[in-house]
Amino acid sequence: MLLIECPWCGPREESEFHCGGEAHIVRPLHPEQLSDPEWADYLFMRSNPKGPHRERWVHEAGCGRWFNVERDTVTHEITAVYRMGGPPPNPSAAPGRKR
Amino acid sequence: MRYSIFSLARNAFGHHEGWPAAWRSPEPKQSYDVVIVGGGGHGLATAYYLAALHGIRDVAVIEKGWLGGGNTGRNTTIIRSNYLWDESAHLYEHSLKLYEGLSRELNFNIMLSQRGVLNLAHNLHDLRELSRRVNAIRLNGIDSEVLTPVQIKAMVPILDTSPDVRYPVLGASLQRRGGVARHDAVAWGFARGADARGVDVIQNCEVTGIRQRNGAVEGVETSRGYIRARKVGVVVAGHASVLAAMAGFRLPIESHPLQALVSEPIKPIHHSVVMSNAVHVYVSQSDKGELVIGAGIDGYDSYAQRGSFPVIEDQMGALVELFPIFSRLKMLRHWAGIVDTCPDASPIISKTPVKHLYFNCGWGTGGFKATPGSGWVFAHTIAHDAPHALNAAFTLDRFSTGALIDEHGAAAVAH
Ligand SMILES: Cc1cc2nc3c(=O)[nH]c(=O)nc-3n(C[C@H](O)[C@H](O)[C@H](O)COP(=O)(O)OP(=O)(O)OC[C@H]3O[C@@H](n4cnc5c(N)ncnc54)[C@H](O)[C@@H]3O)c2cc1C
Ligand SMILES: [Zn+2]
Repeated sequence: MLLIECPWCGPREESEFHCGGEAHIVRPLHPEQLSDPEWADYLFMRSNPKGPHRERWVHEAGCGRWFNVERDTVTHEITAVYRMGGPPPNPSAAPGRKR
Repeated sequence: MRYSIFSLARNAFGHHEGWPAAWRSPEPKQSYDVVIVGGGGHGLATAYYLAALHGIRDVAVIEKGWLGGGNTGRNTTIIRSNYLWDESAHLYEHSLKLYEGLSRELNFNIMLSQRGVLNLAHNLHDLRELSRRVNAIRLNGIDSEVLTPVQIKAMVPILDTSPDVRYPVLGASLQRRGGVARHDAVAWGFARGADARGVDVIQNCEVTGIRQRNGAVEGVETSRGYIRARKVGVVVAGHASVLAAMAGFRLPIESHPLQALVSEPIKPIHHSVVMSNAVHVYVSQSDKGELVIGAGIDGYDSYAQRGSFPVIEDQMGALVELFPIFSRLKMLRHWAGIVDTCPDASPIISKTPVKHLYFNCGWGTGGFKATPGSGWVFAHTIAHDAPHALNAAFTLDRFSTGALIDEHGAAAVAH
């Protein structure tokens, strides 16, 4: 069971939340100019790293707000919680999006 | 050595101490025609069919742990072929047919038990959807039927079919040819068959890099040194994205824990397989008497081979709702595997951006039933550098072309 720190409500148990997958995937500004593979990359391709991962969570059964979490996918340790739109912390620790 | 009633009797006299190893454990050679990464059922089946059907015997299967220690040895072993779309129906049915002859073909008892798989419907929408599916499946020549609650009760008397429960059972689809098999035996049988045909099965050897030159694969770096290969097939389930990153591309895959439990052993009481997508549980009884119980995935990405308790709690709630008789059973063991979920809940059995590098992944929560068929089409794809008609639709390209094969209804929770 994960204990997740909602930036608004504080620490709550995992079952109150829903995970929204990889964070920092920016919607292309001009989708019509993309090739099909580029669009597929945005829509479907994921880094899915083994190790530090930045992902979105929503406090579904609480305040209903979204936020970002940096969590290790092997140990499940949460190393940072930060607000939507905020810059990711620990730039050296996370692999970021691999191409 | 051929296994038979005579070899069994002969070895009984020797107190079963004289059985030879079922496969060799050779040192890796410096180079192979084909290297298969991943010694789960799918990888071993691929190697077997490469040698048995395509005459390609200079093959190594490289496994970082032990054979079948991944999802193959962790799954709830449900086998069926009742998938909605033509592409999937043909692929899974091909696999079920191979399963039906597999013990004989491999001279290894995989303990296939075609005891029937029931999928329950709990509301009118479920029931209509299920009837539509049964019709589509029958049009593909695959056995499938709709049962009424009375028929279900006759088949599974311990199932609570009373109308006044929270999730009443309104009907079910039944595939009589569906059932279960012994998961380890499937891996071991293919390993032994491949080994007998010259394939090197190498355990405790992790692939750490994929070398390429001019866009073509050259070989793999491993914890036991570099191995050259003309072709490389990667079949590593939950680790598909990790291997893809080594080769420099990404996949539409996320890795999630999928948990299962077994209960303490009890006398035979549950003779079929019952699955319910709506309340998230599926259960069969093993030959040892344990109930084998599975549920849905944990919602977050993970490589930890363990999940969270809320999922188990939901799963147990659903089990007891359907089978009140199980309410005082103790659970004996619990574990998770890392499944490779794909956006359309269908596998990728495909060429990749790197020449002579092939990936077979995305089976997610439901690939055990496909083990022989998956190996069969993947061997063809590697041997011919082109897919077989049965897996032509299951390319990595489909995420660019939009030709997805949406099997969430057949596969999302259930297996
Ligand atoms: C709890 C659970 C229940 C399930 N229930 C069902 C079910 O009822 N019916 C069904 O059809 N399916 C079910 N599945 C899904 C099914 O188990 C899988 O789809 C299938 O077994 C995948 O087989 P595989 O051979 O591709 O993968 P695996 O058996 O996982 O084999 C992949 C192998 O690759 C190895 N590997 C990984 N990285 C490396 C590396 N770098 N170098 C070398 N080797 C590496 C791993 O150690 C592993 O042994 C279930 C899965 C789970 C976890
Ligand atoms: Zn909150």
